[in-house]
Amino acid sequence: MHRFLVKLSSSSNQFRSFKNHRLLLPLLPSSKPFTSSPSVSSSPPRHSNRSWYPYSVELFRKISPLSSNSRTLGVNGRGISSEAGRESIEYDVLIVGAGPAGLSAAMRLKQLSQEKNVDLSVCVVEKGAEVGGHIISGNVFEPVALDELLPHWRQEHTPIKIPASSDKFWFLTKDRAISLPSPFDNKGNYVISLSQLVRWLGGKAEELGTEIYPGFSASEVLYDASDKVVGIATKDMGISKDGSKKENFQPGVDIKGRVTLFAEGCRGSLSERIIKKYKLREEVNAQHQTYALGIKEVWEIDESKHNPGEVVHTLGWPLDRKTYGGSFLYHMNDRQVALGLVVALNYHNPFLNPYEEFQKLKHHPAIKRILEGGTVLQYGARTLNEGGFQSIPYPVFPGGAIIGCSAGFLNVPKIKGTHTAMKSGMLAAEAAFGVLHEGINMNTYWDNLKDSWVWKELYAARNYRPAFEYGLLPGLAVSAMEHYILKGKVPFTLKHGKADHEATNLARKCTPIEYPKPDGVLSFDVPTSLYRSNTNHDHDQPSHLRLRDPKIPEKVNFPEYAAPESRYCPARVYEYVEDEEGKPKLQINAQNCLHCKACDIKDPKQNIEWTVPEGGGGPAYSLV
Amino acid sequence: MKILVAVKRVVDYAVKIRVKPDKTGVDTQNVKMSMNPFCEIALEEALRIKEAGFAKEVVAVSIGPSQCVDTLRTGLAMGADRGIHVETNSSFLPLTIAKILKSLAEFENPGLIFLGKQAIDDDCNQTGQMVAALLGWPQATFASKVVLDKDKHVATVDREVDGGLETLCVDLPAVITTDLRLNQPRYASLPNIMKAKSKPIKKMTVQDLKVDVKSDIEILQVTEPPQRKSGVMVSSVDELIDKLRNEAHVV
Repeated sequence: MHRFLVKLSSSSNQFRSFKNHRLLLPLLPSSKPFTSSPSVSSSPPRHSNRSWYPYSVELFRKISPLSSNSRTLGVNGRGISSEAGRESIEYDVLIVGAGPAGLSAAMRLKQLSQEKNVDLSVCVVEKGAEVGGHIISGNVFEPVALDELLPHWRQEHTPIKIPASSDKFWFLTKDRAISLPSPFDNKGNYVISLSQLVRWLGGKAEELGTEIYPGFSASEVLYDASDKVVGIATKDMGISKDGSKKENFQPGVDIKGRVTLFAEGCRGSLSERIIKKYKLREEVNAQHQTYALGIKEVWEIDESKHNPGEVVHTLGWPLDRKTYGGSFLYHMNDRQVALGLVVALNYHNPFLNPYEEFQKLKHHPAIKRILEGGTVLQYGARTLNEGGFQSIPYPVFPGGAIIGCSAGFLNVPKIKGTHTAMKSGMLAAEAAFGVLHEGINMNTYWDNLKDSWVWKELYAARNYRPAFEYGLLPGLAVSAMEHYILKGKVPFTLKHGKADHEATNLARKCTPIEYPKPDGVLSFDVPTSLYRSNTNHDHDQPSHLRLRDPKIPEKVNFPEYAAPESRYCPARVYEYVEDEEGKPKLQINAQNCLHCKACDIKDPKQNIEWTVPEGGGGPAYSLV
Repeated sequence: MKILVAVKRVVDYAVKIRVKPDKTGVDTQNVKMSMNPFCEIALEEALRIKEAGFAKEVVAVSIGPSQCVDTLRTGLAMGADRGIHVETNSSFLPLTIAKILKSLAEFENPGLIFLGKQAIDDDCNQTGQMVAALLGWPQATFASKVVLDKDKHVATVDREVDGGLETLCVDLPAVITTDLRLNQPRYASLPNIMKAKSKPIKKMTVQDLKVDVKSDIEILQVTEPPQRKSGVMVSSVDELIDKLRNEAHVV
């Protein structure tokens, strides 16, 4: 039904190599704050078809004994070649991102290799310092995909221990919690920490022979002469804030795969570029993706208040009737509870501060009585997809595919995306195996997705979220109808409203919101919370948050939208300070960044581009 | 010459720690661990000395549970030639560590032993000094600059001391502990991480080294520091003096 378009290049070879040379420079500024430094521009040009250009280059670091233009055999006979100070490593399959989708794909590939007695090399690169370090989710886990991937997981020692024991649903007003019939049915599901589950999955993947490299961020996509994706380039390490190379400069490495799978999670930075480049949404007439921001804490509470397996969802307060969102409270093991607020990013009022709304939530009597006497163990935040079926792009491109939340398979009414992400990884792995072993086409992945339970599930769930465009009550009414009667079997598909960044109204049309000060016991200020996320980046590196036009924050964001980025960012990255003339100036505290991607999504002029910082930086989640 | 570098696996410096509810120690479950930053600096200095041609081999050693192998692999990825893992599930205090390192030094015969000046989990700042004393070797601690003279078999070390900088000349073999300003450790590149997988890590036990690990010190309790009380605003100098005299008892 949908053609797999092969993108043919119309430009000459000359142009091709020049274009790729631009992609391979250590810093790719689309806007240019710091690259006017001479030390960067003096770096030698590097062409993609490097083996055809024997030239002498200035070597700015001592490279290993591999000589220029030589290929040697690395670990497991892997081809490692080095040219002009930049090494290139080849694998059969390269996976970007060690999350549920990426690791499921890796495991499936290794399982198939073992079954068919084929040797496939699989590499997973992960920007977090540890596998699981950047993983955060509610999470009430539906094990359907895990049952398929590892049928005997229940006999093993896993972090999946607490079965969901109840499904409560409350409508909150300022003082009360009204119990409603629960639209959720979590029987058979488990309350888990996804960070812990992913760590365990990482161990299983390594047991099967996957090479996982945490601490390396993929900063560029590599293309060949025919505009096919051949891999990624990891980010150079050791570049200082002004763009010059530090003492410990380490150039990145090109990692190539015969098939490359992008599993970067929601709003993946490279995935977004790929989707734009190959026009993957237009390909299948998909709508834009819509998002929500989830902010979460893990609390250790009083034993007497702890009820392992209890699952609570709320709607209503503190959000108003025009803002979609709700909260969750899941009781895990070890006296821990996961508490979070999810706010849809198509909110209208630029003065809305999702972090502060979360702090308000904790003071609600029904929530407060559970948290009192407890301590916060960890904090984090991440955006999630709410576009569902309508927003799924064509996930296959020349050279690979997009899996997991980077494509967007989250089931919004269930608020679960882990099981579909894992299944998409498995399906992509099966297709990739076919591509490498049997010479089939990668679009088998798309076909198999459409034949799978992922498609059925997302199709049935497609009309819940868009109904809320008309308001909370119409949304609830449609949800009830869908849940009890229709179950998605209607001939129409509701459409999403405006894109999240376009939905923000001008500040002068909206009422500022006064938020109470944190009390330090239940509610906290951002620095205190941020400390609990164990976030850190090397401070002496260029900001990974790029402004496409550096003048827009002061010209548009501040005067017209009252600086929404200073309110929706859950890490206080964006602050306006007064410059020498007393005028507001945007200050980007990139070191605080939680990698949630809210700024990339919600900036009104789409001026903020989230790119990867040096590998290893970011939060260090373990309990969320 | 061989250089022995001791590296310790500690809680990562950016992680928020908390004390276990039973007050027996800090909660290290599900917490990100890394190589002690001062040990990274020590390893980096050893690697630079080897690259300058003064040493033939850099051996990284770590004492602790099985996960120490990860720390050693990082060290191997930075450039160490081989690793030694002294496996134990007990948490040893500096004197025991020093005895183990002494035994290893007698076994390996290094020309230099590099350590970080202190570990960021216990802040003891004792192990390097104790190793030197047990071996009877000279020591240069808090090194901010190390220059080797191969012919004379000495090392000239600038030490960061309270009064400023002190320059010492120590005969080799010696023990040097490293301070922050000595160097900036290199990142382990991906190809080096891959190559490190095949570098050897030898496993040993305290029994192999014939070390008596009985400690004279027992940790009774670990508690968080008391919550910092908020300051009090005073409205006049008289009130300030009154408070200093009658409440704080400092004048």
